[in-house]
Amino acid sequence: MSLTWLWTDIMIWGLVIALAIWGRVISQSPQVKKQWVQVFASKVAMVSAIVLVFYVLIALLDSLHFILDDASGTHSLLDLLLVHLAQNAERTYSAPFALVEYNRSMQVLESGEVVMQQLPLMHVNGEVSIALHSLWSWLASSAMTAVLVAGHLIWRAKHHRQPLFSYASQVWRGETVLPWKTAYFAVWLVLGVLVWFYWLSHHYHVLGTDKVGGDVLYESLKSIRTGVLIGVLTTLVMLPVALLLGISAGLFKGWVDDVIQYLYTTLNSIPGVLLIAAAVLMMQVLMSNHPEWFATTEERADVRLLFLVLILGMTSWTGLCRLLRAETLKISQVEYVTSARAFGVSRMRIIGRHILPNVMHIVLIAVVLDFSGLVLAEAVLSYVGVGVDPTMHSWGNMINQARLEMAREPMVWWSLLAAFLFMFVLVLAANLFSDRVQWVLNPKSHK
Amino acid sequence: MFAYIVRRLLFAIPILIGVNLITFALFFMVNTPDDMARAQLGAKQTTPEMIEAWKVDHGYDKPLFYNAESPGLSSLTETLFVEQSLKLFVFDFGQSDSGRQISADIYERMWPSLALALPTFIIGLVTNIALALLIVLFRGSVLDSVTMMVAVAIMSISGLFYIIAGQVLFSKVWHWVPISGFESGWDGLKFLILPILIGVFAGLGSGMRWYRSLFLEEIHKDYVRTARAKGLSEIKVLFGHVLQNGLLPILTGVVVVIPTLFMGSLIMESFFGIPGLGSYTIDAINAQDFSIVKAMVFLGSVLYIIGLILTDLSYTYFDPRVRLNA
Amino acid sequence: MKSKMQTSQTVLEVRNLQVKVGETSLIKGIDFEIKGGEIFALVGESGSGKSLTSLAIMRLLPEALQVSGGEIHLNGRALFPLPEFEMQRVRGRQVAMIFQEPMTSLNPVMKVGEQVAEVLRVHLNLDRKAARNRVVELFEEVGIPEATSRYDWYPHQLSGGQKQRVMIAMALACEPDLLIADEPTTALDVTIQAQVLELLKQLRAKRGLSILFITHDMGVVNEMADRIAVMQHGKIVEQAEKNAFFAHPQHPYTQKLLADAVPKGARKFEQPNAPLLQVADLKVHFPIKKGLFQRTVGYVKAVDGVTLSIPKGQTLALVGESGSGKSTIGQAILKLVDATAGQVALLQNGDESIDLTKLNERHMRPLRKKVQVIFQDPFSALNPRMTVCDIIREGMTSLKVGPQDRAEQEKRIESLLEQVGLAAEHKHRYPHEFSGGQRQRIGIARALAVEPELIICDEPTSALDVSVRAQVLALLEELQQTYQMSYLFITHDLSIIPGIAHQVAVMQQGKIVEQGRVDEVMQRPQHPYTQKLLNSAPKLVKQMLTA
Repeated sequence: MSLTWLWTDIMIWGLVIALAIWGRVISQSPQVKKQWVQVFASKVAMVSAIVLVFYVLIALLDSLHFILDDASGTHSLLDLLLVHLAQNAERTYSAPFALVEYNRSMQVLESGEVVMQQLPLMHVNGEVSIALHSLWSWLASSAMTAVLVAGHLIWRAKHHRQPLFSYASQVWRGETVLPWKTAYFAVWLVLGVLVWFYWLSHHYHVLGTDKVGGDVLYESLKSIRTGVLIGVLTTLVMLPVALLLGISAGLFKGWVDDVIQYLYTTLNSIPGVLLIAAAVLMMQVLMSNHPEWFATTEERADVRLLFLVLILGMTSWTGLCRLLRAETLKISQVEYVTSARAFGVSRMRIIGRHILPNVMHIVLIAVVLDFSGLVLAEAVLSYVGVGVDPTMHSWGNMINQARLEMAREPMVWWSLLAAFLFMFVLVLAANLFSDRVQWVLNPKSHK
Repeated sequence: MFAYIVRRLLFAIPILIGVNLITFALFFMVNTPDDMARAQLGAKQTTPEMIEAWKVDHGYDKPLFYNAESPGLSSLTETLFVEQSLKLFVFDFGQSDSGRQISADIYERMWPSLALALPTFIIGLVTNIALALLIVLFRGSVLDSVTMMVAVAIMSISGLFYIIAGQVLFSKVWHWVPISGFESGWDGLKFLILPILIGVFAGLGSGMRWYRSLFLEEIHKDYVRTARAKGLSEIKVLFGHVLQNGLLPILTGVVVVIPTLFMGSLIMESFFGIPGLGSYTIDAINAQDFSIVKAMVFLGSVLYIIGLILTDLSYTYFDPRVRLNA
Repeated sequence: MKSKMQTSQTVLEVRNLQVKVGETSLIKGIDFEIKGGEIFALVGESGSGKSLTSLAIMRLLPEALQVSGGEIHLNGRALFPLPEFEMQRVRGRQVAMIFQEPMTSLNPVMKVGEQVAEVLRVHLNLDRKAARNRVVELFEEVGIPEATSRYDWYPHQLSGGQKQRVMIAMALACEPDLLIADEPTTALDVTIQAQVLELLKQLRAKRGLSILFITHDMGVVNEMADRIAVMQHGKIVEQAEKNAFFAHPQHPYTQKLLADAVPKGARKFEQPNAPLLQVADLKVHFPIKKGLFQRTVGYVKAVDGVTLSIPKGQTLALVGESGSGKSTIGQAILKLVDATAGQVALLQNGDESIDLTKLNERHMRPLRKKVQVIFQDPFSALNPRMTVCDIIREGMTSLKVGPQDRAEQEKRIESLLEQVGLAAEHKHRYPHEFSGGQRQRIGIARALAVEPELIICDEPTSALDVSVRAQVLALLEELQQTYQMSYLFITHDLSIIPGIAHQVAVMQQGKIVEQGRVDEVMQRPQHPYTQKLLNSAPKLVKQMLTA
């Protein structure tokens, strides 16, 4: 068994490391620290952040890929955890917790009689009591939460140099600066849901199966990586471009400003979906003419995802660029920048010390706002046919496939609903969190 | 004033040239026409003759910028760049893969698109602004916070969900409206009503929040305090003064969209079977018909630029500071 | 017009008014009353609660604030118990208000005439035509020229003074019993201020109007008020008739305010030293671009042929109204804007002179430490994301002045902070933790750090309260004596000139109309503009200037 790195794996882990370093750097500044404390002081933001952390953790688990010795291709750490789901495919549709297939199929009985009947599912153990195992899973998740909470309490108590018991009672009465009690309950709830799914998935198809019998829960979980990566990596691509061009345009003015404005007006004038569609079509041609570039289908799908991220990044930097240009123009007139010029401070230092720190809130707000938009956009693009590779697990692909079955009576609803729910929780958490970040960072909201 | 308008019009030219270059680079330089032919014909057993025939069929059989075989000036004109890209400037979009004139198709399909997009746009705008003003009137109250929570929830649900749920409920379960289709004239209303409602509802969350924040920003300005000190009622302050000023930033976001309404909505039209430009585009994308996609990219940019110019013009109309200084 | 000359009757009565935000008291129980035809001045420094008092009377306090106690009676009627719709009939009709910022107080997209007519239509139900006629009359009364055509103008077409006149017309439209004027002339130039104050006095005499006049400026109070109340930290500390107030101020705070109103630095009668910097025929023109191809059709002549000289170790005050180009001169000396023509000669060791306008940025750099700048707005002059230490260090590092080793630098920064009256331990704090005056001190320390020979002080005290202003001026004076620095002191405020400057130059529309020794120019002004400027100054200031 050996570790293998896909392109997007490298990017996402690179980003995690970069974020960790950035976190260390900014935690030096008491001002920034205070702002983040203010963000998390809101219960809604705290719960949202915890939900987001779980999504990101699953995406990261899914971004560590191995090649197994049995030559069965690449698998991620998440695949190894969910191996029972990946392997226990049925023949076709089945509803959540069903014991039999959804469709009747022709069956020749021993007596030679031909009947239509619903065949029992192959990988379901109907004798297992759902209630009993729900109880077990609840106990398990509670125990896990207890361990986590205890660890956290000990760490915080040490940090505050307080006896454990008195700190714990402070948390319980909600007297801490950050709403830890709410956080603990949120962790308990999320863990509870996850463990329940995981526990019962050993005996049932908790969210049903799709057309070819694949487990919907497995697909939904695998889709998390795609959604999170598109949301996160696109901003990673777009950010340097927007920062460089936006600040240059605002600071150097003159012809630099003219060229940059021309560039973004031109790019902006092409309708986004169409530009993405055209670029993705061209990329498809390129990739289909060079099959030798990709060793496996995973790699092919991964490179396509990478391309998609690049294309999305290239089409979405214009908005932030325009904001940054305007703000830089404003800041460069403010007297502390004038004073720096009077001290002969170089342009680069002015950007680094005066402009960047004072536009950071705009960048952050844009990044968190874009994230949810991009997650939703993935579904639409996949529907249009210019999204991720059709072999890749994604909510857009799930919806696209399930949509074809809408005409069926009664409807096959579970695949659709699962995709929408997983997406909704992620986007809602991101939106609520970004609201709070915006409120704290935006100087206008504190009038 | 006249000079100002002419200047804005002249500004559009370099942008259109830029768009043209981008589309050309995207469609002919990322992949050579040979590559496209191979991809379209499938990898197996494509002979050079088949590729040549495909290129001739699509008019892709000329060199990119310089035709060494043609004499004189035509060495520059008989090229892909001139024939495929420069012709876009006169709205000569050429033929689609199915052999139809794209310009004629566009003209025909523009109207159904508009029939869906225009009412969605107008009803959406009016609803959003009216609700936003209402919330601003009750700012700080329970109504405000509850509506804002609902707005976040509406924003967080994929648009596809509204469409699918709407079709299932209103068409499949309750049989109120047909699930999809189109007729021209007033008879088409029964097909349009559901997509319009869904379009308005899906945009409600973000729209309401955006307008609310615009109005709230206005409401803290000095002139609003003056208006209150005059003894105006809160309703008069909102509708007489705040709305008037809040409309200015709204113009920027709204006017630019109006011309692009012709382009229709990809998703709505394909779900509801409306034969507009949106579904035209989506079919072209699925059929990998590059000529149509190219034409739509160019058309979209032209409409957007018209929107930009209209925005400037609307400012000269609505904002006395621009009108009297331009 | 109904007669309102009932001087003895009380128009407004404020009893034990208290305002809170959350648990913090902003106004802690104040009492006063205003009689018919009386101008009552409420004086105080920023944050004293004087503006909140006016908003509380109008019941227009920001949403976060609430009245937590007290009563307000207008013509004997209690205002707080009124339902909102009744209160709307009081606002604009019985009590009207004008504000500090005429620039932003009018609706920018509505014709000014319509804005006034709106009041008439709401309160008096006048029809369109009658309202229009009445507005034109009002415009004429408040001295707006060509009143009929100005009706259709938009606010941005009017000057600041005219906008304030529109505000006054709007306030007077329904003949209110009480006019609240919240710092109505603070944003205006001194000549315009004199006109607006005169107008208010005329209107009071003509209409028997009561005015609640809110201001921080003792000179204006002395000009306007019949009775005066001084507010400090949400309380009224002293209340008296005008003559008694200025003759025998009782409360120590009042005495201090009055003393600081006209700063009393030592008069400077020395002859000018040898020049440090000579500006010769300096022009700074900004092109105006218009038309199809944005051709340059003309120039804004911000600075138009200015010649002046700044003596070594002394102060040259540059006085002028807004838009006179005085700040542009400072920026041109610092090469923050490019000069169109002329010379800025810095004289070095004896008589070697360097023309700064000819230098490029690289050659300018070594000279930057010689010329430094202090700004007007203490809030925007310091980067909010940097600590005080980093702010002061920036110039030392960039211009390589003083020790370049961090620990040594910090020591120097500590001593600089102490020199400007702050504590050494302040160095790790951020600007927002300081008050306006303290920030201005940090700005001074930042300039001092590079040991300049000339500091351009661009209105360094105009955003500060008078008591803080006096302290900052004293600090600048003390530093000049210690380091023999020269100052170019740019200001619009005549009252501070005698205490700080040796020489003065008066600027109007890009040109210097008069310059010379302070006492000579002040006592025997030659140019009509200088005379007009001095005559516009409130009596309190004028007495001191010409004394």
